Amino acid sequence: MAEETKTVRLIIQRQDSPDSQSYEEEFEIPYRRNMNVISALMELRRNPVNAKGEPTTPVHWEMGCLEEVCGACSMNINGKPRQSCTALVDQLEQPIRLKPMDTFPVIRDLAVDRSRMFDSLKKVKAWTPIDGTHDLGPGEKMPETKRQWAYELSKCMTCGVCLEACPNVNSKSNFIGPAALSQVRLHNSTPNGSMHKAERMDAVTGDGGLQNCGNSQNCVQACPKGIPLTTSIAALNREATVNSFRNFFGSDQQV
Amino acid sequence: MAENREFFYRRLHSLLGVIPVGLFLMQHLVVNYFSTYGPEAFNAAAHFMESLPLRLLLEIVVIYLPLLFHAIYGVYIAFTASPNSFKFGYFRNWMFVLQRITGIITLIFVVWHVWETRLANAIYGTEINFDLMSTILSEPFMFWFYIVGVISTVFHFANGLWSFFVTWGLTVTPRSQVIMTYITIGVFAIFTYMGISSLIAFVSGS
Repeated sequence: MAEETKTVRLIIQRQDSPDSQSYEEEFEIPYRRNMNVISALMELRRNPVNAKGEPTTPVHWEMGCLEEVCGACSMNINGKPRQSCTALVDQLEQPIRLKPMDTFPVIRDLAVDRSRMFDSLKKVKAWTPIDGTHDLGPGEKMPETKRQWAYELSKCMTCGVCLEACPNVNSKSNFIGPAALSQVRLHNSTPNGSMHKAERMDAVTGDGGLQNCGNSQNCVQACPKGIPLTTSIAALNREATVNSFRNFFGSDQQV
Repeated sequence: MAENREFFYRRLHSLLGVIPVGLFLMQHLVVNYFSTYGPEAFNAAAHFMESLPLRLLLEIVVIYLPLLFHAIYGVYIAFTASPNSFKFGYFRNWMFVLQRITGIITLIFVVWHVWETRLANAIYGTEINFDLMSTILSEPFMFWFYIVGVISTVFHFANGLWSFFVTWGLTVTPRSQVIMTYITIGVFAIFTYMGISSLIAFVSGS
């Protein structure tokens, strides 16, 4: 059968350690039906030989869920950041070019360190405290339509694609990026989460916050989960406007 | 407010770009448009602006200080971006890049323009009138420099107006942002037309 002789060509940007120079290595692996980028990488791990036939180290990458909900396997595939689990080989132009996301520090090969995203989530308090020194009891009910809307925002998997796409997230700025901003909007909107709205709004208008958005709107185009990131940012902008006027001219009451 | 400097500066930058600098730009282009009615009409309009009471104070408060802040902070903003519109060639991303490029072009143009038509008057007493502009623009290089400068300035204003509406949370939904895109394209078209007509009138109408 023709299928048996078909191959998949990959050009992978590799890097042996966080501080070493990156280099490109080409691979040619046998084609199988319904391959995705991860199964291609697994094939390299099984048989780490490059296109010249030389044995090499297996390519390192990160993966978790394999169904586009964990966000760990994001990388640049043919120039676009996306999850390698849902990047199907049949739909990709060959040679398939794999590169690590360049907004984040490389750990090794295609694996990057997304710590800055998790630090941002901590900075803006993107959680809803449900524990106290005593039982806080059940939360208030949310209207079903609002729950459905909030669910869309909760799909964020901290994959890093929006930060990779954002021209204002880079080594020259400390912008926390769209993902954390949208999470602030999510947690501000739930009945229990809204009790800590003021703290989050303070954090979000602090250093590296909301104001660093330059409205290039790449994030909303790049987001694999279709989260309305730019709408979240504009909504927070409105909230920050109202808050700043109220804080300056109005009352000292924190809401 | 001390811990909130960046937020304050960014919002101030956005505000000053529209009020008063943007308003001044529109007024300036309207007054210049009198050149299409002939030298006398332009000189009368320019003279009216020149003879506004408290002129220097008006200029400092409405133009120089806001413009200086907007320009200096804007250069900082422009150079902290890493443009990627070849990788992500979406419309808004191109506008993002153009906003920064036109910002720099506009700064160069405005510095030259202020020197030629305002500081020269303040230092050497050069009279600012239709003939001065005709002389400047009769040189082809300067004519095209002004054309590029005017288009760049009006673009920067119109697109900045769009961002202003997002930054202050006035247009939140994608739909309202699209409508605002159309409106700002209209603003760009009208004022570019007025600016270029005025320039052409200076070279052809005397």
